[in-house]
Amino acid sequence: MEITSSKFKRIGINAEINQTIVRPSITYWQDAWRRLRSNKAAILSMVLIAIFTFFAFIGPTMTEYDYKTNDYTSINQSPSSEHWFGTDELGRDLWERVWEGAKVSLFIGLMAALVQTTLGIIIGGIAGLFGGKVDMVIMRIVDILIAIPYMIVVIMIMVIMGSGIIPIIIALTITGWVDMARLVRGQILQLKNQEFILAARTLGASSGRLLFKHLLPNSLGVIIINLTMSIPRAIFSEAFLSFIGIGIKPPMTSWGQLANIGARAMRVAPYQLLIPGIFISLTMLALNILGDGLRDCLDPRLRK
Amino acid sequence: MSKYMLKRFIISIFTIWILITIVFFLVRMLPGDPFTSNKVTPEIAKNMMKYYGLDKPLHEQYFVFMKNLFRGDLGYSLRYSGRTVNQIIADAFPRSADLGIRALIFAVIAGLMLGIVAALNQNKNWDKLSMLIAILGISVPSFIVGALLQYFFAVKLGWLPAAQWKGFAYTIMPSFALGLGTLALVARLMRASMLEIVNQDYIKTAKAKGLTQTQITWKYQIRNAILPVVTILGPTVAYLTTGTFVVEQIFAIPGLGRHYVIAIQNLDYSLTLGLTIFFGSFLVLMNFVVDILYGVVDPRIRL
Amino acid sequence: MENKRILEVNDLSVSFDTYAGEVQAVRGVSFYLNKAETIGIVGESGCGKTVTVQSIMKLIPMPPGRIKQGKILFENKDLTGYSDKKMQLLRGSEMGMIFQDPMTSLNPTMKIGHQIIDVLKRHKDITTDDARKKAIEMLGMVGLSNPKGRINQYPHEFSGGMRQRVMIAIALICGPKLLIADEPTTALDVTIQAQIIDLMKGLKEKIKTSIILITHDLGVIAGMAERVIVMYAGKIMESGTVDDIFLNPLHPYTWGLLKSVPRLDSIGNEKKLSAIPGYPPDLFSPPVGCAFAARCNYSMEICYEAIPKMTSETDGHHVSCWLTHPLAPKVNRKSVEGGNKNE
Repeated sequence: MEITSSKFKRIGINAEINQTIVRPSITYWQDAWRRLRSNKAAILSMVLIAIFTFFAFIGPTMTEYDYKTNDYTSINQSPSSEHWFGTDELGRDLWERVWEGAKVSLFIGLMAALVQTTLGIIIGGIAGLFGGKVDMVIMRIVDILIAIPYMIVVIMIMVIMGSGIIPIIIALTITGWVDMARLVRGQILQLKNQEFILAARTLGASSGRLLFKHLLPNSLGVIIINLTMSIPRAIFSEAFLSFIGIGIKPPMTSWGQLANIGARAMRVAPYQLLIPGIFISLTMLALNILGDGLRDCLDPRLRK
Repeated sequence: MSKYMLKRFIISIFTIWILITIVFFLVRMLPGDPFTSNKVTPEIAKNMMKYYGLDKPLHEQYFVFMKNLFRGDLGYSLRYSGRTVNQIIADAFPRSADLGIRALIFAVIAGLMLGIVAALNQNKNWDKLSMLIAILGISVPSFIVGALLQYFFAVKLGWLPAAQWKGFAYTIMPSFALGLGTLALVARLMRASMLEIVNQDYIKTAKAKGLTQTQITWKYQIRNAILPVVTILGPTVAYLTTGTFVVEQIFAIPGLGRHYVIAIQNLDYSLTLGLTIFFGSFLVLMNFVVDILYGVVDPRIRL
Repeated sequence: MENKRILEVNDLSVSFDTYAGEVQAVRGVSFYLNKAETIGIVGESGCGKTVTVQSIMKLIPMPPGRIKQGKILFENKDLTGYSDKKMQLLRGSEMGMIFQDPMTSLNPTMKIGHQIIDVLKRHKDITTDDARKKAIEMLGMVGLSNPKGRINQYPHEFSGGMRQRVMIAIALICGPKLLIADEPTTALDVTIQAQIIDLMKGLKEKIKTSIILITHDLGVIAGMAERVIVMYAGKIMESGTVDDIFLNPLHPYTWGLLKSVPRLDSIGNEKKLSAIPGYPPDLFSPPVGCAFAARCNYSMEICYEAIPKMTSETDGHHVSCWLTHPLAPKVNRKSVEGGNKNE
């Protein structure tokens, strides 16, 4: 480069350059989606869960058998081209039972998680937003509920109400909302003190508007993560309850109940435990991986 | 600190009392009664109800019950005639406790090791392997693990005894099945904790002092990373306790968990009530113990 | 001349390889430090001062960091090739460092005494008892009362200022030849700041360590350093003695820094607080020319096209600016406001 005196003409401050921020800023959700997409395990998990859900509805229609008809001429048969998953001690087709059971287990998992989450958001939201005495009372109750062992409560409710889908959902959610409530309350308390809330209030926003338009959307990350982790917890609980005989009882079926029957028949027909066991485990695995993935991408502190 | 402990203790007692009361009334709401069956005429059933005081009004039953409770009397099992709940607990609890302790020790030691190895080899093969084991551990329920172990190692390979609790070899599979979930949880938590600490300022200070990597890893990283793990010991004990309900069933171990499940299935009010109270109180107390433990381990709270 | 130098940094460039590309944090920095001398490095956040000094002690994690080029000569030995094990022998014993935030720089689960003793025992062959004695002595030297009692306490029992004193004790206990203080007072209250600076001045007299003091507070520099380096966007803009920089600054950035220091005598004579407009450039793709051009009142066409070479005004006073070029128009700069002109 040649240095001539023309190069020394004064230019001065260039506001265009000194105020540009070179990297394009992306929104929180765009960034989260980007990160989730690169997590192959999480994507695979979502696909797996979608497949299971699909088969839960379509699977039973694929064979001519149904899940509760007994057939004493073909008991305890190993998987074959006739019965793709084999049969159990009463001759019932296991393929049918697995997918009917899938409907029940997945439904319970999802519903219980949704109910817990909704209750938790409402109660936690009220506690966080109104503060003061309301918050204190709610938190005392939450403290005591947390101290009571969860499974004990669940078992007790099941014992009272008997078996069935509704009783299980009630049992799981009656104290299951406390985790979400604490989380939401914590988030709201944190957000309440930030300036954008002050700004909104100054502009005359009502409590309801504050809650729904500002506080909850900013807590969504935490809520989604917890929701995703509640589902496997619920599925596990159902399986556990059915396994010890107080969850889903025949003729209805669920994966947990299949595992129960399968465990008893294990010596002669191990596939009866193996198959529902694999489904339960894969579902929980997929949900846990997905939950981990969501946590990784919705938590801004973990950005690499 | 002692004021804090005292407050926690009182809250624990209060919680236990609420638990007992709730359970008492819930159990009384159970459908059917434990005596009605083909072998027993309605008259005999009525007499037995009277004998056990089950015909009195509810609140009277409650007071009698609480009075007995203070004397340490949990009542009689309604099905195993003649045996008190206390006797059953005294007989079966040690076995369950033994199983639980083995599982806990296994889970904590193996879990910590796994978590530390994973953190020190972040994103390399050891890390991926450890975390794979961990996520499997929390995904596969203990009853499935137990049943599978039983099938492969006992039925198929015959290396280990399939059931019961008669010697060291009998304890291997049940402890493993029971502890695997906890192991996974501990490993994941320890790894996360170690990784968080690696970015802390005091690690930089330690490096600036020229300390060796080993010194830093043990005295600075691990020593601080362990603290959050202690906090999950409370839920861990709860997890292990409910785990015994299924593991004892699979391995036919005559422990308290197994009795509990059977009591529920048999509608044995008294035993169910007694064991629920026992388990509930035990877990609340364990949480309290963990609280104290945390205070001992973290010097910031000790004062 | 050469053997008076304890440290020499030659054309050091340090970059970080991130998921978004290479961040050129330090782009060709050269300076030296004499024995028993204190040098101050000033510059705004992100200018590369911390990365530079942490590279001297090789505390930057590599990956993602790497020394692209340059030499770091400590007592004439090139540290850039040193393995971590070799550096460990130097850190804590020959060179010490204190960090910005004393609240988080100490191990919360280890007693204070232990944290001082472990560095002693690492580098010196000394019994635990003797180490304890030395630690107690050092705690007294840094101005802590009741050192014997304090030895057995935990960090959370100390205030911020006290913790920083402990950090100083830890850094100096092995008698290092070089002490690096990275914004040691930024996180402290003003009154405590003054105490810590006084302490450091006192120790400097006593121990005669060479010190690199990083700060964005020009007052602190004026009080402690003999020479000053002004950094911006990973490069040195100007360097010289304290007098050079404060009384005869040559770089527009230095002018901006000095101007932006609020003066006591502006009370009642209020003018607007002066600030340098705009933001520092993005180090993913640093500008081709002088990094400060877009924010400089006096920038010229050539400033945007090429980086000026470092020139000497007087012996020891260097500046990197096209205004020193013979073809550049003379800048008739009024005497700079701000700062303590009554030195």
